[in-house]
Amino acid sequence: MSDMIDDLPTEEETRSRFGRAALENASPVIIAIVTLIVWEIACRVFDVPRFVLPTPSMIFASLVKWHAVIATHAAQTLYTTLIGFAFAVVAGLVIGIAVGTSRLLYKALYPILIAFNSVPKVAIVPVLVIWFGIGTIPAAITAFLLAFFPIVVNVAAGLATVEPELEDVLRSLGASKRKILMKVGLPRSMPYFFASLKVAITLALVGSVISETIASNAGIGYLMLNASSRFDVPLVFAGLFVVAALGVAIYALFATVETRFTGWATRAQTARLEGTGGG
Amino acid sequence: MDPAPTADPAPPDAFVDIDDVSLVYGRGTSRTVALHHASIAVPRGGFAAVVGPSGCGKSSLMKLVTGLMPPTRGTIRVDGATVTGPLKIAGMAFQNPTLLPWRSTLDNIMLPLEIVEPHASRLRRNRAEYVGRAEALLASVGLDGFGNRNPWQLSGGMQQRASLCRSLIHEPDLLMLDEPFAALDAFTREELWGVLQKVWMERRFTVVLVTHDLREAVYLADRIYVMSARPGRIVAARDVPFARPRSLEDTFAPEFVDIVHELRDHISRERAAA
Repeated sequence: MSDMIDDLPTEEETRSRFGRAALENASPVIIAIVTLIVWEIACRVFDVPRFVLPTPSMIFASLVKWHAVIATHAAQTLYTTLIGFAFAVVAGLVIGIAVGTSRLLYKALYPILIAFNSVPKVAIVPVLVIWFGIGTIPAAITAFLLAFFPIVVNVAAGLATVEPELEDVLRSLGASKRKILMKVGLPRSMPYFFASLKVAITLALVGSVISETIASNAGIGYLMLNASSRFDVPLVFAGLFVVAALGVAIYALFATVETRFTGWATRAQTARLEGTGGG
Repeated sequence: MDPAPTADPAPPDAFVDIDDVSLVYGRGTSRTVALHHASIAVPRGGFAAVVGPSGCGKSSLMKLVTGLMPPTRGTIRVDGATVTGPLKIAGMAFQNPTLLPWRSTLDNIMLPLEIVEPHASRLRRNRAEYVGRAEALLASVGLDGFGNRNPWQLSGGMQQRASLCRSLIHEPDLLMLDEPFAALDAFTREELWGVLQKVWMERRFTVVLVTHDLREAVYLADRIYVMSARPGRIVAARDVPFARPRSLEDTFAPEFVDIVHELRDHISRERAAA
């Protein structure tokens, strides 16, 4: 038969791939360390005042000194982020499916969603404070507002990529709209959905911190604002580092979830790459 | 120009009867006449091919017959009943195999069973029986043992074989094929002609094959309809008298080549007129 697959690469090729993979995995850490070292040296050489730009070692010392306080505030930030994110997932899925399956709803809702997404969320926080007071609720809502839009857009886009021929096949078998959605539409849009979760969770974190910076008495945002009013710049930077670390951690978490649930989408790509590459 | 009108009256036992059908898309300036007074009749268990230049409304024909789209004028009857909505007894395959990448090949083939009754309600309890049926079908198209592969691990030709299996698993009475082999290389395509002929001879469902490959049409079909460029009209109908099974060798026989030439003449005349 002419259709053969599985052209196995030689062992030598496999090994060189592994070598490159190890370097690829280590590269972000290497870049981060090099940047910190350059920063440290530059600050010392040019004698930059600590209230302008503290050295990484000062920031690290501040992290250690305030670790208990930082942990409490970080937990608060993570809490509001996750609440906002959870609501964003539910709302994003529902609106995404609605917009992706109904042409009428798409026409009706999409311009409104775009308009809504264009409003800077910082501007909404004061309104939220008037309605709900300061603290957890406005932070969670801000997180929600930032996070749900990419989920809507991605789910809708996933549903829109269903091949019309495939829909014809199912319709000619007598499948209902709901059945086509369950058998094809939703599985097809899952890679888009999970990809959007990575973006959404980091945006939720941004939303939480924005709201905490403006109106809160807890959370990393509040901690940073407080520290900057006391000119404790190393602590401000420590807060920034914690936010960044949180962002990377939750992003990595959802990237893992993504490959677990929709491996077929990326595996297909890997197979194709390996099929054409070969060295 | 010789229009060669094909006002052949539909035989009373026609399984697929397209009777004087016209189809118009859109309105105003974007109005296009896709089909114009087209009539096609395919007897039960027959194999009909529709050939024509690209953009002549061949694919519209597929949607009309399977009830995915209503005709603007005229009637379509399948198995004696006028088509008013999606058919439920049809299998379809297209140029693009459209397999679902998150399902194994076997699960892809079994997709129609999850939708068409009575299979959908029986599937859970009688899964082993249906899996056996799907595997037998895979074997008959030369995909023996490939059921648990993912579709993206299969070559284009193998995916098209699987797509053919999916269109046949629920044992449809009618198979609609829209240029199913057009994206394949010449050797694989000719191989699959043989596969399709074999499966058809075993099961004798009714086939309507839309194609622009004239050799493919003559090899596979009992009767070939030639369509003109838009607006699509049936300008000729030609019976293919050769015995079955036909072999690739037969496609080089003078009688075979004569029919291909005859069809080509019709089409080039249509193109010149357009």
